[in-house]
Amino acid sequence: MTVTVSFVLNGEDVSVDVEPRTLLVEALRDRLRRTGTHVGCDTSQCGACVVHVDGRSVKSCSMLAVQAEGAEVVTIEGLAKGGRLHPMQEAFREHHGLQCGFCTPGMIMSALDLVSQNPDPDENQIRHWLEGNLCRCTGYQNIVRAIKAGAQAMRSA
Amino acid sequence: MAENGIGVAVRRKEDRRFITGAGRYTDDINRPDQLYAYILRSPLAHARINAIETAAALAAPGVVAVFTGADMAADGVGGLPCGWGVANKDGSPMVEPTHPCMVVDRVRYVGDQVATVLARTRAAAKDAAELIEVDYEELPSVTDIHSATADDAPLVWDEAPGNVCYDWAIGDARAVDAAFEKADRVVSIDVVNNRLIPNAMEPRAAIGEYDEATGDYTLYTTSQNPHVIRLLMGAYVLGIPEHKLRVVAPDVGGGFGSKIFHYAEEAIVTWAAKRVGRPVKWTADRSESFISDAHGRDHVSHAELALSDEGDFLALRVRTRANLGAYLSTFAPSVPTYLYATLLAGTYKTPAIYAEVKSVFTNTVPVDAYRGAGRPEASYLLERLVDKAARVTGIGPIELRRRNFIDPDSFPYQTPVALEYDTGDYDACLAKALEIADYAGFDRRRKESAERGKLRGIGIATYIEACGIAPSNVAGALGARAGLYEVGTIRVNPTGSVTVLTGSHSHGQGHETTFAQLVTEALGVDIDNVDVVHGDTAKIPFGMGTYGSRSLAVGGMALMAALDKVKAKSKKIAAHLLEASDEDIEFKDGKLTVAGTDRSVSFGEVALAAYVPHNYPLDILEPGLEETAFYDPKNFTFPAGCHIAEVEIDPDTGVTEVLNFVAADDFGRIVNPMIVEGQVHGGVVQGIGQALYEQCVYDPESGQLLTGSMMDYCMPKADNVPRLEVATNTTLCTHNALGVKGAGEAGAIGATPAVINAVVDALSGIGVDDVPIPATPERVWQAIRQAAA
Amino acid sequence: MYEFNYHRPTTLAEAKTLLESNADAKLVSGGMTLLPTMKLRLARPTDLVDIGNIRDLGGIRVDAKNVEVGAAVRHAEVASSADVRKAIPALSDLAGLIGDPQVRNRGTLGGSIANSDPAADYPAAVLGLGATIRTDRREIAADDYFLGMFETALEPGEIVVAVRFPRAKRAAYAKFPNPASRYAVVGVFVAETGAGIRVAVTGAGACAFRVPEMETALGRKFAADSLDGIEVDAAELNGDLHASPEYRAHLVGVMARRAVSAAGG
Repeated sequence: MTVTVSFVLNGEDVSVDVEPRTLLVEALRDRLRRTGTHVGCDTSQCGACVVHVDGRSVKSCSMLAVQAEGAEVVTIEGLAKGGRLHPMQEAFREHHGLQCGFCTPGMIMSALDLVSQNPDPDENQIRHWLEGNLCRCTGYQNIVRAIKAGAQAMRSA
Repeated sequence: MAENGIGVAVRRKEDRRFITGAGRYTDDINRPDQLYAYILRSPLAHARINAIETAAALAAPGVVAVFTGADMAADGVGGLPCGWGVANKDGSPMVEPTHPCMVVDRVRYVGDQVATVLARTRAAAKDAAELIEVDYEELPSVTDIHSATADDAPLVWDEAPGNVCYDWAIGDARAVDAAFEKADRVVSIDVVNNRLIPNAMEPRAAIGEYDEATGDYTLYTTSQNPHVIRLLMGAYVLGIPEHKLRVVAPDVGGGFGSKIFHYAEEAIVTWAAKRVGRPVKWTADRSESFISDAHGRDHVSHAELALSDEGDFLALRVRTRANLGAYLSTFAPSVPTYLYATLLAGTYKTPAIYAEVKSVFTNTVPVDAYRGAGRPEASYLLERLVDKAARVTGIGPIELRRRNFIDPDSFPYQTPVALEYDTGDYDACLAKALEIADYAGFDRRRKESAERGKLRGIGIATYIEACGIAPSNVAGALGARAGLYEVGTIRVNPTGSVTVLTGSHSHGQGHETTFAQLVTEALGVDIDNVDVVHGDTAKIPFGMGTYGSRSLAVGGMALMAALDKVKAKSKKIAAHLLEASDEDIEFKDGKLTVAGTDRSVSFGEVALAAYVPHNYPLDILEPGLEETAFYDPKNFTFPAGCHIAEVEIDPDTGVTEVLNFVAADDFGRIVNPMIVEGQVHGGVVQGIGQALYEQCVYDPESGQLLTGSMMDYCMPKADNVPRLEVATNTTLCTHNALGVKGAGEAGAIGATPAVINAVVDALSGIGVDDVPIPATPERVWQAIRQAAA
Repeated sequence: MYEFNYHRPTTLAEAKTLLESNADAKLVSGGMTLLPTMKLRLARPTDLVDIGNIRDLGGIRVDAKNVEVGAAVRHAEVASSADVRKAIPALSDLAGLIGDPQVRNRGTLGGSIANSDPAADYPAAVLGLGATIRTDRREIAADDYFLGMFETALEPGEIVVAVRFPRAKRAAYAKFPNPASRYAVVGVFVAETGAGIRVAVTGAGACAFRVPEMETALGRKFAADSLDGIEVDAAELNGDLHASPEYRAHLVGVMARRAVSAAGG
């Protein structure tokens, strides 16, 4: 049995037929082919699947696609506008905030939620905020540095 | 130095696709008409299978096929091969059991492959798998080293009495015994090296595809070395000739060793794709990764150090037992032997060393290389022992190490355990680390902590590793069943841009940037005009892949050799164009100039002439400008360094916080300092993870994995670790032209003993002289309590 | 996940009807516990009734005596509410310590207490403040609500509507998190309200429980050292990979003293 779910994805109206048990991340990746959002665990620890739903960061592996009905969903693919990187994306590159890149979309989406609530987070606040995002490559140091710089760039933008 | 050449912190070329969500990992790939595979795994640690009933699953909605080990056996599919043989002390070969892709009649660990369901959706495949009825007859199991080596232990393999795979030794036992007899003092230690689960963030995945019209197979897989997978799977498992098998490892989300090995799922999807005539895709759930990715470490050791009264190390004797899991994973036998015991000299001139290693089978996931692979185990053992010796002799951790360091002017230095170190300056790294860590100010900080009721400790660890694996003749003599060279091609395109083909796979290391820097430096080509291609056997001539910090020291050197050939040919072409002798041509900054004149051609013009050879010495030179080189290293490289951790313990809870961490490393020449720093950060945090957080635990009774998810297996998070201070002190590798040594594993090697030494230091004032690893809050609390009792 | 039917009622009445007509239906709102459980195929409801869109279950209401939080209010909302912070700062602090930011952006108070996970944080506040659980049919005192591991006084089909927390003179929550999951290994909520002093513990036992000896001692003198020498019985406590019962018993004492200090004692 499938149901149709409609929402706004990166500013575009989308409709997709899913089973009720389809997770939001599965709808995004398998049905809508937005594969920038990743699945790194099955117990909602890793944060590779973080997207924004109605402006807040959520783990798209722990939300049903049908629960996104009518929502505004933003994924990593929705950040760069007109070929120009978002300042947070730019900061991750400038500060070597990624290695294998797998956790990166979730990190960036999580970071943007932090900055929306706290435009000038300090290192400690960033580290605590990231408790829902795991990275196995970077030791977090350059991610933290990138988020601080990205926040700075967003403030002065 | 070229603008983006060697030594420059060039921002990574590969990043744009990753930060925009445009990376292409295996699970991002979908093939037309593909089916999804779900692998039914054993829920039991050890059992005989009397029957497998698949009819109900086959009849379930969306299901296309259900396969078992019997189907694969009927097709003549072979077992997964082991790539390294180790001999027993008496010269006899190790026990090497078969390793089927899916079992036929016996499961040997929780997670062993039992059956594969192919269905139109992932969910349907999983639903149907629950309908498979397996008649198991449970057998007693063993999961840990102690139980596996007990007298009446159940046997994992009937052909391996005592569960022993091999009983191996290295070094001169008699010389060691003699030295111990003369010793003024003997210090001994028992250590466990805790079992770890690698947990690269991208779970493994594989897609198999078969083209009936051409007979071509394609496998997309999360691998660190696609050519090795093609070789092993093609030649040993499925019997597919290499020209009919393409293996693609696209973007790969971290490996840390766990994606080196040839896994059953790769063979299953490739074989099944032909059976059903449709592409077959498999992606692991994280829970599945926990019970199917090769685990790491898992040693139990006893070590003794003989010293003189002055603190000179006279001899080292080590007895290690290692857990290999239920089957031999691809490189498993080498890890606790040649990658471990050969490093037991560390940075010290201990004249006599003898080590015995008994490796055993257990009913657990196979164990193989994980970041550092053997070398972290060696460093951990040695540096814990040296620290203990420093404490009991009263000589102190700095002085004792300095007294025993191999002198910088005694290189090349032959250790008593097979390796010949080419260069190094261990005291320089120690001095640098001490300075950055403000070691001199530690007592003041310890007092400040004490005033707040906290216990502060500082811990030092030096390390050395053998990287750039490996000279093929040496590796072959030690049991490797493959050459360990690397291959690189420099393809200069007609307009002067460069495509680099490398056998070194990049899954986070930044090769697309670092290798491009080598090209920019050598040819003067703008870095934006250099593309690095890796991970596809259809594009790359050959490759041994990425592991053991070898990409730059071996893969990079293959590219350097190919670049030399390109430069030599370019000079010949330029000589023709400039009507000069090729010995007179100078190649500098992208220009080829007749020495002492202003006559020159650009590299782009040379490239064009090579492909549009209207004015070209066709009589002596082939057209085109593309060169391939195979590079086989002359020796291992020996990165080394000193790590210092400073911790604070809350005695009320036992919680350890790492406050400061300093790494001073010698990686030889550094091509991209930004990338090297990042490698150290990541490695150190994995090392801190091993010391304080990560432990794989099996239930000894049932053989179930208790730390089977990230709810229970504790991965270090951003708020668990401090800001790290990273520095380098360079001595150049003497046997490769770049002078590079490798930086990928060092952090994970030095950090673990540094942190545990710091924890022991913090607790030494209250009478604690050892803590179990990982030093979890409860364990530290218990240690404090026992000391108080 | 197994297959199920999904319903999204907009009124409480509709939700009740759906629950009554489907024996194996379950309520879902944030889904932070239920969905991971279903993903691991450890739960198999035939129907999910999503109550995240029912107005009656939302909202935070603060008056002179109480803070009432709707069952569908997300943890992040409680953590960031200026009204809650002013009235019962310890409740904001606790909400801000649950899971991680993304869990707090989805998870709800109702989901947390209806599930009565032994390691959840909210039960400590509910019991520690002596809150009242308002359901679709009655009010339940916190002391009567938590019955055991994943077991509450809720009847089949009963829906938590809101929780009414009395304002406290002083209160604090101290948590020792599981390093991996960030659930509470031990969490202690200490509060002094008009009804007296309460000490409630989560994470340590089958469900949240009070420690009367500590309450009495703090009643004599509200100070951390009043708790010296008071031990909870380890035999009653949980043991797992991360903490033995004995260690948990010890942590209850440590966290209780820390909570008292944080509450100004």
